[in-house]
Amino acid sequence: MPGAIYAEGLVKTFGDVRALDGVDLDVPQGTVLGLLGPNGAGKTTTVRCLTTLLRPDSGTAVVAGLDVLRQPDAVRRSIGLSGQFAAVDEYLTGRENLQMVGQLYQMSARAARARAGELLEQFHLTEAADRPAKTYSGGMRRRLDLAAALVVSPPVMFMDEPTTGLDPRNRQQLWDVIKQLVSDGTTLLLTTQYLEEADHLAHEIAVVDHGRVIAKGTSDQLKARTGGERVELVVHERDRIQDASGVLRGFGKGEVTVEEHTRKLTVPVTGGAKLLAEVIRELDARGVEIDDIGLRRPTLDDVFLSLTGHVAEATDEDNGQKAGRAAQDRRRRKETTK
Amino acid sequence: MSAATDTLRTPAPAGAFGRSVRDSLVVAKRNLIRMVRIPEVVIFGLIQPIMFVVLFSYVFGGSMNIGGTTSPSVYREFLMAGIFAQTVTFATAGAGAGIAEDMHKGLIDRFRSLPMARGAVLTGRTLADLVQTALTLVILAVVALLVGWRTHTNVGEVLAAFGLLLLSGYAFTWIGALIGLSVRTPEAATSGGLVWLFPVTFISNAFVDSSRMTPWLRHIAEWNPFSATVQACRQLFGNPGVSTSEAWPMQHPVWASLIYSILIVLIFRTLAVRKYRSATA
Repeated sequence: MPGAIYAEGLVKTFGDVRALDGVDLDVPQGTVLGLLGPNGAGKTTTVRCLTTLLRPDSGTAVVAGLDVLRQPDAVRRSIGLSGQFAAVDEYLTGRENLQMVGQLYQMSARAARARAGELLEQFHLTEAADRPAKTYSGGMRRRLDLAAALVVSPPVMFMDEPTTGLDPRNRQQLWDVIKQLVSDGTTLLLTTQYLEEADHLAHEIAVVDHGRVIAKGTSDQLKARTGGERVELVVHERDRIQDASGVLRGFGKGEVTVEEHTRKLTVPVTGGAKLLAEVIRELDARGVEIDDIGLRRPTLDDVFLSLTGHVAEATDEDNGQKAGRAAQDRRRRKETTK
Repeated sequence: MSAATDTLRTPAPAGAFGRSVRDSLVVAKRNLIRMVRIPEVVIFGLIQPIMFVVLFSYVFGGSMNIGGTTSPSVYREFLMAGIFAQTVTFATAGAGAGIAEDMHKGLIDRFRSLPMARGAVLTGRTLADLVQTALTLVILAVVALLVGWRTHTNVGEVLAAFGLLLLSGYAFTWIGALIGLSVRTPEAATSGGLVWLFPVTFISNAFVDSSRMTPWLRHIAEWNPFSATVQACRQLFGNPGVSTSEAWPMQHPVWASLIYSILIVLIFRTLAVRKYRSATA
């Protein structure tokens, strides 16, 4: 029996661009699929096809047991969509927004009002409920948007980059909400550019590139394919590179790579933080002074590099955004290295 | 979730038409709330026609020959039907910009993912614009009375004229809806929604006596749907300058205005709803 979200051979072209080039997906009920990929890979187009917003050129899509192409209206009754933008009317209050969405889900006005109240409480928006959404912070708007997608407690949810642009605290909050949702039995398809996010939330990850699913598996499986963890260090003095390299060889599971001009050494390892501590002790014992050392875990870029041979690329119009995210990623990576 | 969820899932009982009306009213309410919260839009929408009333009647009045006289007071009465009609058509730009903005902000995506009637987002918007147009007309009529505009018929005919104006404005908002769905940015919808209105409203009988135009221009003016509404209003208000042209719309302006408006609604509603179904931000 096909899962709560099922797609086979989805193709969508825009002019010369083959945005989807035969996407296959199967998400069992009550699980989370993370759709991971760079901008322009086809994540959003996939979501749009599955949520009746876009008609694929060919292929089959079944959501909540309903044929997306033949029963679009029935599908719409069974899904919630939270898009890339917080799609709320900023001049309406939080309550008015939710009430409107409820009524458009064909609830009675009274039922919609009651449900809006419930959701505002659940999403900690009660205090701001009667202020125009314009006055909300980015995180609050996201929560309101998500609440709007949950008005009918749909059995199947789609979230397109739900945490893009959120600060770490808000991201964490939203993750908690999503986890709660899934533990209540909702099936979720979530797109993201962050491996970390997919890691946190998804039971299974599908990596998309150029409109195709190029790899599928749990996050551990994908990371294993990507080559796992590495220890990366920078020695203080150039003439100690040889000594440091010797130490790393003793702990590593492969070749030690050396970048002379940056005094940086990298080696694949298994053993995590414990091993890192041992490496540091050993370097210390030999009197090798280091500027930086860290355990580097595979990032989205690494997954991409190993799966496709190219780095995750951004489309032109997304470059600005992408640059901002790259900076965030760097910061985050730094945090894990400390 | 709560015990209420089950009852919430049950859709409100309504047929396809009932659902369409109900959804349209929900969306109209949303747009009316916006109007109240952003009163600037309504206010700026008023400044322009009031400025036109003042500028045209005082600058042009006195040099315009209407029915053989250049009296400024005659021109002022002649002018008002034109200004009323022009004002209602300018609602087009508002509808276009609003819908383009909804696209831009992802709201149209949200609406399209909901199990609501397909035309309701656009119908709701045009209905809200109709309310705004009515409000604008009331204020404009007061200003017109202040500068000396008078009607010389009965209440029924005056109300009929305003009815035609509202219908015509409603029809034009559907053109705006199509423009809003077709452009990439709200800014483009605003300018794109206005640019073509200048020739439409100026190559007409709104501000000058069209019988004095060169023949080809006069033909366009006389068959211009906009002119039919202006002519009908002049007739129903009992204002001077009613064209005596042989052209059918000038002979039967009330019917012509009605037919034109209904045709515009039918054509542009169909096109806009089709566009909406495949709209992508």
